[in-house]
Amino acid sequence: MSEIIKIENLIFEYIKEEEEKTRAIDGVSFSIEKGSFTAIIGKNGSGKSTLAKNVNGLLIPTEGVVYVNGMDTKDDSKIWDIRQSCGMVFQNPDNQLVSSIVEDDVAFGPENIGVAPAEIRTRVDEALKAVGMESFKTKAPHLLSGGQKQRIAIAGAIAMKPDCIIFDEPTAMLDPKGRDEIMNIIQKLHAEGITVVLITHFMEEAAKADRIIIMDEGKVVLDGSPVDVFEKRDFLKSINLDVPFEAELCARLRKRGIEIPKEVITLDEMVNYLCQLK
Amino acid sequence: MIRDITLGQYYPGNSLIHRLDARLKIIVALLFIVELFVVNNFYGFVIATLALAIVVAVSRVPVGFIFRGLKPILIILLFTFALNIFLVKGTPLWQWHSITITYEGVNTALFMGVRLILLIAGTSLLTLCTKPLALTDGIEKLLYPLSKLGVPTHEIAMMMTIALRFIPTLLEETDKIMKAQQARGADFESGNIFKKIKNLIPIIVPLFVSAFRIAMDLAMAMEARCYRGGKGRTKMNEMKYHLRDYIGYLLMFAFLALVILSRSFG
Repeated sequence: MSEIIKIENLIFEYIKEEEEKTRAIDGVSFSIEKGSFTAIIGKNGSGKSTLAKNVNGLLIPTEGVVYVNGMDTKDDSKIWDIRQSCGMVFQNPDNQLVSSIVEDDVAFGPENIGVAPAEIRTRVDEALKAVGMESFKTKAPHLLSGGQKQRIAIAGAIAMKPDCIIFDEPTAMLDPKGRDEIMNIIQKLHAEGITVVLITHFMEEAAKADRIIIMDEGKVVLDGSPVDVFEKRDFLKSINLDVPFEAELCARLRKRGIEIPKEVITLDEMVNYLCQLK
Repeated sequence: MIRDITLGQYYPGNSLIHRLDARLKIIVALLFIVELFVVNNFYGFVIATLALAIVVAVSRVPVGFIFRGLKPILIILLFTFALNIFLVKGTPLWQWHSITITYEGVNTALFMGVRLILLIAGTSLLTLCTKPLALTDGIEKLLYPLSKLGVPTHEIAMMMTIALRFIPTLLEETDKIMKAQQARGADFESGNIFKKIKNLIPIIVPLFVSAFRIAMDLAMAMEARCYRGGKGRTKMNEMKYHLRDYIGYLLMFAFLALVILSRSFG
């Protein structure tokens, strides 16, 4: 597999008043494989959102380089190609919809990149179908629930035909039902071949990824598969991150001498495994 | 409660008037305003009223809905009526002490009143029968020639679209802030008008802050979706004139001719 995002020694500083600088990202390097599902976890202020904005050129690195599909985000002539190939969905469902009609909002992105009208129509219909919102296409966004609005925002990203979508805490402002809906769509998109980068602070959501990157104070502190990451329970606790209930249970059972293979991390796997025990 | 306010008074429907091209409707509405001032006698007003009545009938918008739009201007209407009736000089019709009502006064007052009523009814019919977004699209298209002179027509239309989109969001926000301040003991109901205005400050300040926050979020989201102004932009729903729109333009010119002709009747 080839890599779609490549970050080399990224440093990003916010300039506050009076030349004072805050370093939000401090020397981060990693790359993301095409078609993968990566979760980036960290507590508030760990630099995870800033990292996402650096990837599609909303912010430009202070030092280091970010490549998307081989294009440098510092290259002004490539910025629209980068944003087209790497879509983004933000946290607040209210503040990212542009139009007062659902289908017009989904069409906003393709319109911006100059897609032919008939083609936009098919893309909008497909995108709305992919998120299960086709029956809402002439409705006004403010009449929808948070989860539904977020699905519209995802449809807006899909309509751009991106290779990769970055989700910046897409479920943070939703109720549990909306959260499930969004996670299902994210997993479905991944299954269809879109590279997914999910920024979150819910460990349960991260457990669904094939790779977890943990950030703390602007640095990558842990990077590996969910199985490997959840094993380092004590370390996670030391940087104030919660371990999912299932991983916690595994660890405690192991302490009591019950052997549980380390591949067991989700609730279903756990149930299946434990029920075999006598 | 504050959410119940409906702004932009669109009356949903699928009549012929609703389906006409927004550009045509805007031009007709503008021309109608001009024509109302071209009209100068009884026959002209009959023609204008009849024309409007036909359009209203075809649009299937309840007449009551249209007259509701007149309520805010009722005072202006009465004021102009009174001013004209008492101040226009001419042949006396009725006299009481120093107050004289003249034949010409009644005449101008009536004309002015009818003119204002038709004006409001005609223009509100435009917003009642045109979706707000179609209206902004129409304005963008009509203003397009001005963009050659450096007028940011696309940006103006985009601003209107966004404003329409965020009216409900900001109303919700206002509602939230009001409730939060009330929960902390703020009082918005008692006191005289000055006190009431002063009491609004704890709403307005946080509202502005949140409006700026929303604007920043939105700008970020728009940029992430490749927004870069009107250049090279396409539209999913292109505005296209249909046969009915061309007929509409023809009727519009016929009406204009009739109105100009009516000046020579009286």
